[in-house]
Amino acid sequence: MHIVALAVVVPMIGAAVLVGIRLWSPRLLNDLIAGGVALAVVTLCAILLARSAHHPFAYWMGGWRPNDAVAIGISFSVDQLGAGMATLAAVLVAAALIYSWRYFDGADGLFHALMLLFMAAMAGFCLTGDLFNMLVFFELMGAVAYALTAYRIEERGPLQGAINFAISNSVGAYAIFTGIALLYARTGALNMAQIGHALDGHPADPLVIVAMSLLFIGFLTKAAAVPVHFWLADAHAVAPTPVCVLFSGVMAELGLYAVARLYFTIFAGALGPHAEQLQAILVALGTVTAIWGGVMCYAQRHLKRLLAFSTISHIGVFLCGIGLLSPRGLAGVATWVAGHGLNKAALFMLVGVLLHRFGTVDEFELHGRGREIRVAGVLFGIGGLLLSAVPGVTSFFGKSLLDSAALEAHDPWLPAVFVISSILTGGAVLRVTGRVFMGWGASEREEDVQVAGAAREGDEETTRRDHTPPLMLAVPAVLLVGSIVLGLIGGVVPGIERAAAHFHDHAAYARWVLRGQPAHFVPVATSHVEAFDYLYAAGATVGALALAALTLFGYRLLPRTPSAVLGPPRTALAALRRLHSGHIGDYIAWWTAGAAALGGASLVLLR
Amino acid sequence: MSFLPFAVAAWLFLAGLYGIVSSRSLIRAILSLTVVQSATYVVLLGVGYSKGGQAPIFADIPQTSKAVDPVVQVLVLTDVVIEATVTAMLLALAVQAHKRFGSLDPQDLRALQD
Amino acid sequence: MVLFGVAAVGFGVVLVYGLSGLPAFGHYHGVYGKVINGIGVTERHATDLVTALNFDIRGFDTLGEEFILFGSVLGVVLILRQMRGEHDRPRQHEADEHTFAGASEALRALSLAVIPAILAIGIYIVVHGQLTPGGGFQGGVILAAGPLVVFLAGRYLRMRIVAPHTLVEIGEAAGALGYALVGLSGLVLAGVFFKNFLPLGIAGHLLSGGQMDLASAAVGLEVSGAFLVAFGEFLDQAMVVSGSPRS
Repeated sequence: MHIVALAVVVPMIGAAVLVGIRLWSPRLLNDLIAGGVALAVVTLCAILLARSAHHPFAYWMGGWRPNDAVAIGISFSVDQLGAGMATLAAVLVAAALIYSWRYFDGADGLFHALMLLFMAAMAGFCLTGDLFNMLVFFELMGAVAYALTAYRIEERGPLQGAINFAISNSVGAYAIFTGIALLYARTGALNMAQIGHALDGHPADPLVIVAMSLLFIGFLTKAAAVPVHFWLADAHAVAPTPVCVLFSGVMAELGLYAVARLYFTIFAGALGPHAEQLQAILVALGTVTAIWGGVMCYAQRHLKRLLAFSTISHIGVFLCGIGLLSPRGLAGVATWVAGHGLNKAALFMLVGVLLHRFGTVDEFELHGRGREIRVAGVLFGIGGLLLSAVPGVTSFFGKSLLDSAALEAHDPWLPAVFVISSILTGGAVLRVTGRVFMGWGASEREEDVQVAGAAREGDEETTRRDHTPPLMLAVPAVLLVGSIVLGLIGGVVPGIERAAAHFHDHAAYARWVLRGQPAHFVPVATSHVEAFDYLYAAGATVGALALAALTLFGYRLLPRTPSAVLGPPRTALAALRRLHSGHIGDYIAWWTAGAAALGGASLVLLR
Repeated sequence: MSFLPFAVAAWLFLAGLYGIVSSRSLIRAILSLTVVQSATYVVLLGVGYSKGGQAPIFADIPQTSKAVDPVVQVLVLTDVVIEATVTAMLLALAVQAHKRFGSLDPQDLRALQD
Repeated sequence: MVLFGVAAVGFGVVLVYGLSGLPAFGHYHGVYGKVINGIGVTERHATDLVTALNFDIRGFDTLGEEFILFGSVLGVVLILRQMRGEHDRPRQHEADEHTFAGASEALRALSLAVIPAILAIGIYIVVHGQLTPGGGFQGGVILAAGPLVVFLAGRYLRMRIVAPHTLVEIGEAAGALGYALVGLSGLVLAGVFFKNFLPLGIAGHLLSGGQMDLASAAVGLEVSGAFLVAFGEFLDQAMVVSGSPRS
């Protein structure tokens, strides 16, 4: 049980040691220390995952146990979903570090130290039971992320991306601070279980509602939901590939984890009577994000921005799932997040392979050149199919759980949103596979000449190479296998469903954190995959393939299509793209609008 | 009177946001971010105040005397450290941005657009 | 801009509405603070409860906060590192070494006289954290001002000799490591991570509060190291680095 703290402290110590010795230590030593620590943390988190399966437990730092159900110290409240997210984070950091053995000319151990700190922050964020402690780790995650985004200081893009990232996320963090202040004033507590306990039984008044909307908008900024998502594409376009792996694979999802955790530990009691209205707000936000992200994804030619927008689209889907506020919805999101994290990490690594080999990430410049590395092409295609949640893989099981949850909540149109997102994001990756690795489709697009400049600009290196180290292909291959197989391992999906049901149980959480009473959970019936789930998923995959094929081979039809058909979508798309201007002032204006909208909608609907 | 600190905090938050949105210089935008953070300090410290309370230092006052809330002070301390460090990083980025772009105007940062 | 105007009004309304639910200024009755005020002195023999919270009761938060400082300064070093095409300006004549306009002999003499006072005050505040307002963070910043005064005295390169890059970085890392080890010692020696494992002493005396002194010292070392690294990087950029980076 004491290993709970070790999961956070060991990488911190590793980072401090790496910095202390960095001026003398050779690259190999840095790699070994960082890799070793990362693997150790993966083991620790996996142990926590196993231990917390039936007995979630609270570990009080400094031995300050609650005094009469008043929490004094900081607790790490470890339940299975939290430990699971921590394990996913640790696995991806380890994979990124191993991948960068060959990929990166790491700057004197600074990179390794920052990655270990990132890992410590994510582990702490997932495991903590104290609201302010969560914010501290949120800020640590953020600070390290800003530094890692700006890694390639020789170029202009990373600097701008890091500035936009830092200012956007900091504003979000200040909203969270204000929300914490409000809750502290009302309840006199910082421990999440205790705040929830104190708010229970009282009707939700404006203070609680505003606190909730401030906390949510802050964490949703990290999660990149529309309209606070603008920073994510910028940051992804310029951050080094191993860092993008982490941003898309797990960091953005942690924002959603926080929203879910906060709701079920703090607000579920007070806002229970208004659950339906809250569902409406969250699902609406999620739907807009999913569609916006999907459309922007398909319109990209810069491969990293393409993957970034596909992450935004998936975040929208996940937000819908959480917004359903049901155990099945949570289970679906958790399963899909696991599959998506591994999948997206592998895709970014493969884009890194292309960058390493050819010096560009522009889809049209890479036209046909991927034929030299067939293996990468095969993996990329598999990744695209996984994005569309082809039947049988982990994401598919998550999707089927989400579809069932949506139908339970009487939102039969919601699975259609999931399908659209799958088609757009999977289709985009499949289209790239065709164009880059098979040489299909047009090789230049007339009107996008200035976008080509942008794609060339934030590139990591501009040298060409003749040889791709096998390690750079092996790591994504392993991750893809994991993404396919995880859902098929017996007991994993039912385990996730059980964990989600525990997560959902607001009253039980207060009991096992504050009073140390072992939790008794009602056994959960596992869901079965229905026939229509296979139908939807197969439809999504077929749709993605069709869309990719249409784009690749149908360009010859373009001049013959009447402009009345093509015109409106083109202007709409152009308008949408202009919004992503790179100007921080615009982003913050949208942030304020989002905060006002969320707060206003909550105040109006949740009374 | 009793709502004044919190009104000030709300005003600071909005003024800081306005500063970031309308800045023609990165330095001014970064400092406006600091203003937004000051809003959180004011709220936190305002929340913890008790009329007639002493500082929570019991070196020369009896232990049972009325004292203000020490927890918010710790929260603000953490807040200050976070702000200082993030501001330092942002200013470093501004220094490099000035070297690369030749300008600190966000309008001139055109390396990333769709 | 119009968007922002409308949005700001909306957000402002939301904020004020929420803040209006706060208890009136000065009439806060939260239980957490009351409990701490009640038990702090007896439980931990410390008279400054803010420090007791910082380094003992909520010491884990401070661990995170300290590493935020550590990581951010690493970020500053990363961002301001030298690139191809940049180089240090050649050292000029001794009397002219990277001074700034306005440095005079009087300024130099006064600055140098102030340094011992700064160091003494800094160490005093670090060590007395658990008794009076102060502690590692505050004292560390004051300590960092010491070598900075050398710079103000007009001797930038001397500052680099007093606080050389390597030494400060190692000091910072050692401080961060030290704080983590204090927590770990709590685990190893007292059974729970971050539990106070040193004898508590008598309240009001210098050696009280158990591990708070140790933690305070570690934090003081880290904070002063971090700020010196940061100052050094920025001053390097302003004074030493020149040339345009090759893209």
